[in-house]
Amino acid sequence: MSTDKKTSEPLFSKKNKQLITDPLTDNNPVTIQVLGICSALAITVQVSQAIVMSLSVLFVIIMGNLIVSLLRNLIPSRIRIIVQLLVVASLVIIVDQVLAAFQPDLSAKLSVFVGLIITNCIIMGRLEAFAMANKPWPSILDGLGNGLGYGAILILVAVFRELFGSGTLMGYPIFGNSLPGEESGLYAMGYQNNNLMILPPMALIITGIIIWVQRSRNKALIEEH
Amino acid sequence: MEPHFIKGGKYEKWNPLFETLATFAFTPKLVTTKGTHIRDGVDLKRTMFTVVIALIPCLIFGIYNTGHWEMAVAEGNRDIPYFAEMGAKFLMGLTIVLPVVVVSYGVGLTIEFIFGMLRGHSLHEGFLVSGMLIPLTMPADVPLWMVGLATAFAVIIGKEIFGGTGMNVVNIALTARAFLFFAYPTSMSGDKVWMSGLGEKMNTNAADLDGFSGATALGDLASFMSDKATVAGEAVQSNMAVQNFSNEYGAWESFMGMIPGSIGETSTMACLIGGLLLVITGVGSLRIILSFFAGGFIMGLLLNAIGGNPYLDLPAFYHLIIGGFAFGAVFMATDPVTASQTATGKIIYGFFGGFLAIMIRVLNPAYPEGVFLAILFMNVMAPIIDHYIIQANINRRLKRLKTA
Repeated sequence: MSTDKKTSEPLFSKKNKQLITDPLTDNNPVTIQVLGICSALAITVQVSQAIVMSLSVLFVIIMGNLIVSLLRNLIPSRIRIIVQLLVVASLVIIVDQVLAAFQPDLSAKLSVFVGLIITNCIIMGRLEAFAMANKPWPSILDGLGNGLGYGAILILVAVFRELFGSGTLMGYPIFGNSLPGEESGLYAMGYQNNNLMILPPMALIITGIIIWVQRSRNKALIEEH
Repeated sequence: MEPHFIKGGKYEKWNPLFETLATFAFTPKLVTTKGTHIRDGVDLKRTMFTVVIALIPCLIFGIYNTGHWEMAVAEGNRDIPYFAEMGAKFLMGLTIVLPVVVVSYGVGLTIEFIFGMLRGHSLHEGFLVSGMLIPLTMPADVPLWMVGLATAFAVIIGKEIFGGTGMNVVNIALTARAFLFFAYPTSMSGDKVWMSGLGEKMNTNAADLDGFSGATALGDLASFMSDKATVAGEAVQSNMAVQNFSNEYGAWESFMGMIPGSIGETSTMACLIGGLLLVITGVGSLRIILSFFAGGFIMGLLLNAIGGNPYLDLPAFYHLIIGGFAFGAVFMATDPVTASQTATGKIIYGFFGGFLAIMIRVLNPAYPEGVFLAILFMNVMAPIIDHYIIQANINRRLKRLKTA
């Protein structure tokens, strides 16, 4: 069998490196494949939420990819979606419980969205498209790449939304005190927080702008009509 | 001079600017050469300029009205005579309105120009109208940086990402208005922003303004609704509120626009003068304007039939003359790019626009100015309306073909 040859492949061969770098740039799950948008709209109001969400997804996608990849030869193809779902669901429950135990505030803020990681299209997509057909190590790298790609966009959107919507970053005021009557910094000069940033449509618009910038930098990404 | 700017010339990069200025000042030499065509001087610039001229009555009246209310605030008396010290009021209004107009045009044209340079086409004329519409939908007290931000948002997100003039899905001026409405609600609604200087004065020496309300007609209506303490029966109370309201805002004052409100929207009279010009020159669609008013009126009648609170009981014709209804009907709904294109489609589009505008205004007091939301919604719906009108037409003809 040719497997002997493949095991001699170095851990970070060029191909394996691409598994991580591609989803970060030219094959980003959010901006290019347009997956996982729902959570990107819902929890990007604050950077801290976005970071926790990204870490949760990162954990679930890496572990899910690893487990499914290990099981890939044992799963009957007819019920593979159910098995994948079971794996993801168990992992999400772990994340949910850990969050509830150690970060009860954040857990309450994220509410159903942690549970909804189960239905995150990126995770199911990677399990089905990659882990079912690849060995554990590349699967882990693929999960890492896609999880980071998702998290990068999430945090980028959240930075804009929190900065202009609430005037803070990670909860720390950036533009000064906005309380009526005791304004300081920019607020004293008449600046106001942009309420639209807090509303979900703005997340969509910011994501759209990121996609726009990305596509004008790399014309190859523009589909032909 | 031209050779320097055409392709290969010394200032090739600046061609967009040159072309813009040249065609603005002179008739272009370019004419249709082949085939049968109507040769007419009506181009985009002429069309857009007609709309700007049609907006002038609104602008002039808006400037005067703004000045009037600023003076009323300064004197702390809401009931100062309307047609006195006209010159002074006009100047006061001008100092408020002119900067808003300048900011709107400045920001918008700069962005248009940057995109024009990047994409290598001349400056599009579409912004001539948007740049005038945006200031007219603003409250008098709006901070200038907000006008600039909203204009930038509307031009980039509302228009340029779709490909520029003529490609936009929703009305640009309304995009700017909606952006500010949702982004900075405290500066765009409430009872302090409609008269210049009122908010500041309220904070510093409120005693001067005893019993002075800066609310718009719509805002006052909502507050009449909550005065329930004194009167027993709700129906009686509701009638009284309507009575109070029409004492405060006579039909004539509302029609003329002698009431507080956004800079250019208060005067139904001025809007109708502009509308007349649009219809005569064929720039605006009479179908849309009439069906828009009809839709609003019918919705008003329906709500009257339900009755029960002052908002619902307000005579239907009042809805047509307060708030931005007339302004929306004449200048916003008729935007040829975002409205329906088919004749029947225009009637449906206008009717539901007016219908929804009054529905949102009355049934959701949080959005007293439902007109812009209704028009934005119908903008999005317009292509679907057109699609079904055209399909129906095709089907009808197919049927005729089969039976014949």
